[in-house]
Amino acid sequence: MSTTETDPRDAPRASGDGGEAEPILSARGVEVAFDAGFAPGGGKGTARAVDGVNLDVSSGEIVALVGESGCGKTTLARVLLGLERPTGGVVLFEGRSMRYGSRDLRSYRRRVQLVQQDPTGSLNPRRTVYESVAEGLRIHEGTTADEAEQVAGALSRAGLRPPERFLSRYPHELSGGQRQRVVIAGALVLDPEVLVADEPVASLDASVRGEILRLLLDLRDELGLSALVATHDLGLAWNIADRVAVMYLGRVVELGTVEEVLAEPAHPYTRALLSVLPDAGDGEPVVLAGEPPDPKQVPTGCRFHPRCPVLASGEAARAGVADLCRTVDPTVLEGGAERRVACHWAAADATGRVRPGVPGSG
Amino acid sequence: MTSLLDVRELHVTYRAGNGDVPAVRGVDLSLDPGGTLGLAGESGSGKSTVALALLRLLPDTARIDGQVLLEGENVLDMRWGRLRAVRWVGAAIVFQGAMHSLNPVRRIGEQIAEPMVIHGTVPANRIPERVAELLGQVGLPASRTRDYPHQLSGGQRQRIMIAMALACEPRLVIADEATTALDVMIQAQILALLKRLVAEQGIGMLMISHDLSVLAATCDRVAVMYAGRIVEQGPAREVVHEPAHPYASALSAAFPRIGDPASRLAPRGLPGDPPDPSDPPAGCVFRPRCAVAETVCATVDPPLWPVDPDPEGDSARHAACVHVGPARPLTTTRDGGAP
Repeated sequence: MSTTETDPRDAPRASGDGGEAEPILSARGVEVAFDAGFAPGGGKGTARAVDGVNLDVSSGEIVALVGESGCGKTTLARVLLGLERPTGGVVLFEGRSMRYGSRDLRSYRRRVQLVQQDPTGSLNPRRTVYESVAEGLRIHEGTTADEAEQVAGALSRAGLRPPERFLSRYPHELSGGQRQRVVIAGALVLDPEVLVADEPVASLDASVRGEILRLLLDLRDELGLSALVATHDLGLAWNIADRVAVMYLGRVVELGTVEEVLAEPAHPYTRALLSVLPDAGDGEPVVLAGEPPDPKQVPTGCRFHPRCPVLASGEAARAGVADLCRTVDPTVLEGGAERRVACHWAAADATGRVRPGVPGSG
Repeated sequence: MTSLLDVRELHVTYRAGNGDVPAVRGVDLSLDPGGTLGLAGESGSGKSTVALALLRLLPDTARIDGQVLLEGENVLDMRWGRLRAVRWVGAAIVFQGAMHSLNPVRRIGEQIAEPMVIHGTVPANRIPERVAELLGQVGLPASRTRDYPHQLSGGQRQRIMIAMALACEPRLVIADEATTALDVMIQAQILALLKRLVAEQGIGMLMISHDLSVLAATCDRVAVMYAGRIVEQGPAREVVHEPAHPYASALSAAFPRIGDPASRLAPRGLPGDPPDPSDPPAGCVFRPRCAVAETVCATVDPPLWPVDPDPEGDSARHAACVHVGPARPLTTTRDGGAP
């Protein structure tokens, strides 16, 4: 696909300027640990759901947070929404620490809104579309003179046009895609700056998925919305995200642009995940055995080392890092625009820059 | 070789209070021993209804017409005793959400043994050995026999369901969205397992999924369903990578291939919704959502035409679309009558 004119998608967006501007939303050293019954072998068990994460979301950017169940992405998303207080670290919004008083949280949630996974579960079946969307407005602003106008505007921005057709419908009268648009309208009605979505299209039909993803992209392009999307679906990241953070057992193990991480993965876990996708093409899939360990029993050293194909094949030993893999936990990565990998074998230094020779080091 | 499964002109209609709802409107399928056929479609396509119809697992409100020949015997004509004998032994189903289907208060070993006990296919003293063997086949240690379902993860429970499905050595396994809702890595493990078992034991597998790429990687052939009909069928890789029918094309594009610049920042979906099965549009049922519909599509419902036929007019691939049919406009309606 050659072109002599600039692809509009490459043009710098008005608000971002190459990562120099302060991120709009940021996790700094976030930890979330839960007491979880007894540990095997005695003593109290602590589940380290999020075990030290830095992650920045810049204005007008879509960041995908990918990982399998139990990796901590949902917990991290909830922390960024203020729904969960971290047991360590901070959340910064526009550079200022999040505060957890009820008034602070209420004003925060106007600006950072949640889009949940299952529209059937999140819409009250006994409320009309109008009422579901107006609810957020009423909570934050009470009764307003132009409520109807704002609700219609939000429905329209969410692609339900003309909005009048939908105002008095009930959720069961709508298709899955329409319901998800109503959920998104409910998030948009307060004019937020950031959307945090957890599996926004997982329970939708395949042909509808594209429409909702297109909507999220349009919202970024037209309204300058930023988004953090937690998902297990790497294809979703390819479809709409600018940057992607791969999580494993509570840590971000790889970070970078979608092109860098998904097309040239450096971390052995990311490489394995991509290799087993049904569409992966040539090359042997690396099917990891077993499942990620329990967050109550995070392995010592690099938390991925017990399942790591690079360690198992002897390649780590040949590179002289096998002992590090077993005994030293890679440092927590910086969450900015720089390409990073948390891996003794793939990293050139302690900050996680990718070393030459590993894909993605360019 | 007698084909293992031969479905002919299958129609399933649900009797509802205010009229009949045709969920499956004339489906033909066939499967040989050791063969793998994928059935793709979204909600409302009828694919799960087809799966349940094969073993008469539909509710009484469903009327089934046509033939379902399992090794030459019509399941729809079987007497109750024979049908009971065929379920689990001739053909078995692994359902979606199987992880929630296990009995929470009985141990895994007992549950895997249950089909064998009920059907008497294995002598009682050999059952523990067979259970251990099945656990081994699905990649779980024999020690798990004494566990309860809550002690296993979702992926492990799905493997247990597969072990149960294999317990009586069926010739046909139907996997209905068996890996949906599982993580990518677990899904890869389960698909690899199913492929291996099918190859080793010469089982025929019908795999149902909304994810065409999963079917392309696991099955030899794929049939795509829309609104109760098959709209395209043929060799899996061809149907998924070079679809002939506009709906198959949209379904295939819904899950992008990572690394493909065409889908980068360009999600592809399909506007509108699947048709209301009780009130389908006239002509081609896909027309309202079709980007390449012609005028003729409003009046003619195309049958499955051969795609790129050889000189004898045969093809391994068929698609129900005027763009695939003969160049001149169709002059017959679907059932062969004059327009």
